[in-house]
Amino acid sequence: MKEHDYKKVGLKAGVEIHQQLNTASKLFCSSPTELRETKDAAYEFYRYLRPSKSELGEIDRAAIEEGIGTRRFVYKAYASTCLVENDDEPPMEMNLEALKVALQIALLLQMRPFEQIHTMRKLVIDGSNTSGFQRTALLAVDGQVSLRSGPVRIDTLSVEEEAAQIVDKDVYSLDRLGIPLVEIGTAPDLRTPKMVKELALTIGTILRACRVKRGLGTIRQDINISIAGGARVEIKGVQALDLIEDIVRLEVTRQLNLLKIRDELQARGARVGNPVEVTSVFTRTGSNILKKKHVWGVLLPSFAGLLEKEIQPGRRLGSEFADRAHKKGVAGIFHTDELPRYGITEQETQSLLRFLEANSRDAAVILADESAKTCVEAISAVIERARKSIEGVPEETRRALDDGCSEYLRPLPGAARMYPETDVSPIALSQALIERIKQRLPEKLEDRTQRYKRDFRLNDELAQHIARSERNQLFEQVMDLWRGQDGSIAKDEAKDAATLVVRTLEGVIAELKRDGTPVDRLTREHILDVFRLVRSKTISKEGVPEVLRSLAECDTKTADNAAVELGFTMLSERELQAIVDDVVQSKLDFIKEKGVGAVGPLMGVIMKKVRGKVDGRLVNEVLQAKVLSVLQ
Amino acid sequence: MDDIRHGDRVRVVKDEKEFLGVLMPSATDFVVIKLDSGYNVGFAPEGLKMALVEKGAPVTAERLPRPVRSELPRLSIISTGGTIASKVDYRTGAVTSQFDAEDIIDAIPGLAEIANIEGVMLYNILSENMRPELWSELALCVYNKVREGVNGVLVTHGTDTLGYSAAALSFMLQVPVPVILVGSQRSADRPSSDNVVNTICAAVAATSNLAGVFVIMHEDASDDACLVHRGTRTKKMHTSRRDAFRSVNAAPVARVNYHERSLQFLADRTSRGGCELSVRPKIEPKCALIKFFPGANPKIMDYYVKQGYKGLVIEGTGLGHVASDWIPHVKKTAAAIPVVMTSQCIYGKVCDRVYDTGRDLLKAGVLEGDDMLSETALIKLMWVLGQTSDRDEIRTCMKNDIAGEIAADETKTWGTFKELP
Repeated sequence: MKEHDYKKVGLKAGVEIHQQLNTASKLFCSSPTELRETKDAAYEFYRYLRPSKSELGEIDRAAIEEGIGTRRFVYKAYASTCLVENDDEPPMEMNLEALKVALQIALLLQMRPFEQIHTMRKLVIDGSNTSGFQRTALLAVDGQVSLRSGPVRIDTLSVEEEAAQIVDKDVYSLDRLGIPLVEIGTAPDLRTPKMVKELALTIGTILRACRVKRGLGTIRQDINISIAGGARVEIKGVQALDLIEDIVRLEVTRQLNLLKIRDELQARGARVGNPVEVTSVFTRTGSNILKKKHVWGVLLPSFAGLLEKEIQPGRRLGSEFADRAHKKGVAGIFHTDELPRYGITEQETQSLLRFLEANSRDAAVILADESAKTCVEAISAVIERARKSIEGVPEETRRALDDGCSEYLRPLPGAARMYPETDVSPIALSQALIERIKQRLPEKLEDRTQRYKRDFRLNDELAQHIARSERNQLFEQVMDLWRGQDGSIAKDEAKDAATLVVRTLEGVIAELKRDGTPVDRLTREHILDVFRLVRSKTISKEGVPEVLRSLAECDTKTADNAAVELGFTMLSERELQAIVDDVVQSKLDFIKEKGVGAVGPLMGVIMKKVRGKVDGRLVNEVLQAKVLSVLQ
Repeated sequence: MDDIRHGDRVRVVKDEKEFLGVLMPSATDFVVIKLDSGYNVGFAPEGLKMALVEKGAPVTAERLPRPVRSELPRLSIISTGGTIASKVDYRTGAVTSQFDAEDIIDAIPGLAEIANIEGVMLYNILSENMRPELWSELALCVYNKVREGVNGVLVTHGTDTLGYSAAALSFMLQVPVPVILVGSQRSADRPSSDNVVNTICAAVAATSNLAGVFVIMHEDASDDACLVHRGTRTKKMHTSRRDAFRSVNAAPVARVNYHERSLQFLADRTSRGGCELSVRPKIEPKCALIKFFPGANPKIMDYYVKQGYKGLVIEGTGLGHVASDWIPHVKKTAAAIPVVMTSQCIYGKVCDRVYDTGRDLLKAGVLEGDDMLSETALIKLMWVLGQTSDRDEIRTCMKNDIAGEIAADETKTWGTFKELP
């Protein structure tokens, strides 16, 4: 994939991280925070939502676009669902456990909590909240985290309600609704895709030191991206960390391409026409998509050829227009750059262009629907997007796609969607409470690094690496295998063991993944078992990668039988002596010629025979002794 | 700081950190600012510096005149306040009634498809502040609207005492058109409020072939349908659910399908035009409802009589009982003022001929409230005492059905009082 010069394009990115908290109950009611199977739903009910005004009398533009009170939402409720989740009872006061965890996170991010926090209603009328809003409170501002490349400012931390899980179009499951989460927003301080990913990883590590939920879907990133001359675009719902760099890179690609298209459109003096009904052009069409439907279109003077311009892999300017039509309920659009196609003939295409009085430099977009009203709404949305393509990059919220591209979701929401939650009183955060939480903060990254250096004799680089890693808890669990009855670690063994564990967790597993081994199937238990074998000297450290590979490839296997199958059970010292003897005897001339210098080459010969079955250091010891005795 | 007002854009500085935002009203000592992100946050006043950045512009709502569509019926909406008309009050930070009828019409655009709407704001109160005198005014207001020729009346009302007001209007009014009381359980300022579904369904009912006073609210937890309850037969049975209102000891009169805007009758009713328009708004507020409970002191009745009360309703146990030590006090009270027995069971009929206590109560002069809700029995007694002081007439009226409050097939006695007010 093409790498941009991010400094030159002026990339500015910020991240919003949403992390679910692992509290016993939800943020504003006492229901459990466990997820359920949709098939276990006990009942369902149906609701409509409408945009309402903020206390300043405004209606949010994103809220208007999401719905106008005609979508009938289905809610799946469970035996554990309560009336607060059904929006049939006022909320309880804010869950104190959640508030404390959120404050802990804020303090770890060196943030400044407010003296009094106010629960707000953030208008969300896409159906994902029964109430039509998400309850949220801004807790703290002004923090920072350090990345390798320097500090990044953390602007805001809010504690808020998780939305209901969508299970089908306009069908939501209430199990997830109301689980407490923290939303952490960084300043637009990130300058490369790599920094964005590192930021996400670093905050992820800090979060995991606190009482947060783990696993797929419990943490999500929204990324705000802009480039010089472009616009702020928020890409929502990035779950896989591996995708972050692609998403940033491809959004930069998108904005650069949109800017190129803008320049071209401006140079050509392109314009955008008005909605025109073109049903009459297609009265006798053979195209199933247009048949017996209203067809509306718009003329785009001087747009010819540009709708086919690729702006992200597989996505064109036409896709951006189509996204807008989708939001209004129309399946797709057709534009003259791609016609004749889809059963629309060359003749019809020409009639359309004639009907719209187009010339060869022009393009046209058409769309069809059973409802004329939907057609007008959809073509108007396309027209709005087309106008913006002459201006440049539109500010908007987009949804991340699995390939790192994104599609239009809605306009950026404004402050008008905030309304005070009158059913919940403001909470004063006393200095005493803050102090209490400060005194019981989980270990800081620097402290953990120092502890690893001290306890395990890790060098600075490895200690920093594992302290920062999301696998640091697993590392500590593995190292517990080396602890004696009194909990202490034999320092001489610790260094080798810790180095091996870090290299395995942070290097070997990634290498195996690169080679195509399904390492995602390795469980915590697998890894602990493998190191149990190392600890008991059943296998040597050289055997670890192969045993892990074997376990990942066959999930019914245990570490023990994988080691036996691979022949990786350790040689006894006597067996090793015999092998070394053999080699030394066969190479007597070589030894006499090279002297002690023969040890190196002979090590290679012996290791070939015993790799995985004995520790290399022991081989070296035995070999040196033998060589010396021969020389004497 | 004196020249800074709520709504002004300000800069606050606390512990060397600066914040910009709009100054909001605060219910506590903290200074509350709405940040540009829309979040409100509070600052303790100690050591806080605040400076004006820009005066706030007053919020003005623009109103467009509504076109009259001659083919549609005419409905009047009388607003009395309540959750259906509420938004946030910065004095307390809680929800209070602040919309008027025009706001309701603006908030529910679908209404204009059903009827030409005219709004009257009669009160702006929470329904717990409703009083008997206000019912009389409300009844006259409805009467005048119907006389002016509207095809139906919607009364928006807080749900807490919606049942009481519906009963009062049921007794005070004889109307040839539907008078529909409607409320909402979730405030109008939230996207999920039930006000839209309830009000649309109320408008459908108010334009239907129906006459009399009814309450309309959600049928169940979903937004699909509402039930039309007889004004004398309904009670709020849940503190917060949308379907809090139920018909007690009677079937709901109709179901309104929200999506189809259609109405299906479920019980006997008076058709539109089936009676003359008439009003009897007079009411005797000095009546009380007493709940009996184990160990309750019967002297409470003596207190009411001494305070000049004109009638009492007892909410007894089971079939309509009180403890034996109450009997002498009941007897003494019933000699002075009417005493009506109802049951705290809510469902079912009072019958004082089954057990000794019951028979003693009848002998003591208690009037059986039949299957009336205790609240309805109280309102009925207030209203009957507003029409007559004749003990025989009071007894007859309390026993016979006037506005669907008793499951009786006797002739309605609404217009038969000897003494007219």
